[in-house]
Amino acid sequence: MAANGASVFAPWDDPDQTPLIRFENVTKRFGDFTAIDNLSLDIYAREFFALLGPSGCGKTTMMRMLAGFETPTEGKIYIGGQDMGPIAPNQRPVNMMFQSYALFPHLSVYENIAFGLRRDGQPKDKIEARVEDMLRMVRLQKFAKRKPHQISGGQRQRVALARSLAKEPKLLLLDEPLGALDAKLREDTQFELMDIQEKTGTTFVIVTHDQEEAMTVASRIAVMDEGRIMQVATPDRIYEFPENAYVADFIGDVNLIEGTATPSGEDEVTITWAENQQPIRAKTQRKLATGQKVFYAIRPEKVGISKEEPTDVVNKAKGRILDIAYLGNLSTYHVQMPTGEIIKAQSANTRRIARRPFTWEEEVWVSWNGTGGSVLED
Amino acid sequence: MRRFSWFNVTSLTLGFAFLYVPMLILVIYSFNDSKLVTVWAGFSTKWYGELFQNQAFLDAAWVTLRVAVMSSTIATVLGTMAAYTMVRAGRFYGRTLFSGMIYAPLVMPEVITGLSLLLLFIGIGLDRGVVTVVLAHTTFAMCYVSVVVSSRLVSFDKSLEEAALDLGCTPFQAFRLVTLPIIAPAVISGWLLAFTLSLDDLVIASFTAGPSATTLPIKIFSSVRLGVSPEINALSTIMIGIVASGVILFSLISKRNIARAEADARAAERT
Ligand SMILES: Nc1ncnc2c1ncn2[C@@H]1O[C@H](COP(=O)(O)OP(=O)(O)O)[C@@H](O)[C@H]1O
Ligand SMILES: [Mg+2]
Repeated sequence: MAANGASVFAPWDDPDQTPLIRFENVTKRFGDFTAIDNLSLDIYAREFFALLGPSGCGKTTMMRMLAGFETPTEGKIYIGGQDMGPIAPNQRPVNMMFQSYALFPHLSVYENIAFGLRRDGQPKDKIEARVEDMLRMVRLQKFAKRKPHQISGGQRQRVALARSLAKEPKLLLLDEPLGALDAKLREDTQFELMDIQEKTGTTFVIVTHDQEEAMTVASRIAVMDEGRIMQVATPDRIYEFPENAYVADFIGDVNLIEGTATPSGEDEVTITWAENQQPIRAKTQRKLATGQKVFYAIRPEKVGISKEEPTDVVNKAKGRILDIAYLGNLSTYHVQMPTGEIIKAQSANTRRIARRPFTWEEEVWVSWNGTGGSVLED
Repeated sequence: MRRFSWFNVTSLTLGFAFLYVPMLILVIYSFNDSKLVTVWAGFSTKWYGELFQNQAFLDAAWVTLRVAVMSSTIATVLGTMAAYTMVRAGRFYGRTLFSGMIYAPLVMPEVITGLSLLLLFIGIGLDRGVVTVVLAHTTFAMCYVSVVVSSRLVSFDKSLEEAALDLGCTPFQAFRLVTLPIIAPAVISGWLLAFTLSLDDLVIASFTAGPSATTLPIKIFSSVRLGVSPEINALSTIMIGIVASGVILFSLISKRNIARAEADARAAERT
């Protein structure tokens, strides 16, 4: 599976690979508002690349610059080694699937998909064959003659996808393509997208504000905030090794514990974080100064919970259960320390409700080992 | 349906009577057998027959039709372009002034428009004739067209044009293949409006027409000064018919247009 960061597909680790897309110190300002701030980024051919970030962080602006609807205020964008500066949108080897789908309301599904092919002046029978292929791919053969307002939202989304793939672009841009779909359809479509991406070998850049979606589909994710990239990495690295507190907090659920670092040997640090608590011992590659303020990030599922004091783990703390969030297969326990800090611990619900071991207000121990979390600088 | 009070009924009746009874009388008397306009002498269509024998009227009708078709077509092209530019250009320095200047001729007294155009044509030495009337009608009809078209363009989803560019269209192709077909109903109703405006314009035409290009309204007006003839009634009836069809068509198209836009909006919400 190329799309899911399996060991074979990792052009970003290969120094001999040239990227398909290169953002070089790109800044985009609207008036005196900076939407994209001195951003550099490489995206490789055949990647399924996700831009992830909260609303307003500049994701759409990045897409629009790639498609040619906005020009960078500073910096350069290269696609396939070519400077895109002087290239008009209709001359770029790029197609875009719009957030609003932007289907032509006066044309049928068939004509919508054929639209781009006709502009290239291809022979009629070739266009016909291609459109039929596309209709089959998105399973809309029966709807070819309908107008966009005569089909459902999910079908419209598939027409938009077929239309943007019809010209076999080198690069497909998808701006929140699944935003308007309900949860079930969304999930199905995510897998469909991955499937299509693999089959066609097209490079996909997808915009989303849904971290689960990014994790599911992407080979790599760029987490953005206020026009800057906070981290670019594979989904597992983003999740396991966030580089900063922003990414740790944005992706999934996390305990962010603030404390003071004291280096304590090779790749190891102890962090004092609360009165009367044993300092956290953690592994880290970072070179930290004694007394430096740091964050310790640990996922709730890496934190165990028990009634008795555990003996075989390096980090533990005692507290009281403040809250229990029941998530079906899992429960998240919010455990409050005597000094007020809350640590979330997750455990699988293997027993029926009546036989759960922990209840509210109970005194418990939370514990985790030295490699479970990451040490982040402020 | 709600019921109207007697007050409402009376005011409606009086209002409509005030508007339409004169026209109704005109239409009825156009079928009068007598030469005297005020005496009813039985039904006849002979004045219509005579009207179609009257070369002067036929010539005037031909001029009017040519002027109306030409001026409304040019006005539609220019008005659509103006609307497109104003809506698409976004904010720029002097935008309010600019759009105000497009709309000003709508409220300008026709006498002033006519007079100033006359002065212009004399100033640049253009002989008055069909060309000058066409120019004059284009000038004021263009404003109406641009109002009608821009109200449609405001609600036009810009990403449709971007999608067209993205799929390989030049900006002009995007306009021709995507924008224009979608706004076509507004453009057509703009044309109809311009056409009817040109058809019944007297004031501006009399300033700019000159002796070689007598339009129907001018012809009617000058014949009436010599006395009302049943022929004029017949002619006026035909004109009422044409203008009314134009107006009805215009409002039908706008109505369908609005319904369509609402359907699109609902569809967009459903996604
Ligand atoms: N044409 C524009 N003019 C002014 N500001 C804009 C324009 N386009 C985007 N912005 C601003 O740039 C920021 C980033 O927008 P966008 O890229 O659409 O965010 P996202 O897609 O991540 O939600 C937003 O604050 C938005 O208001
Ligand atoms: Mg967006």
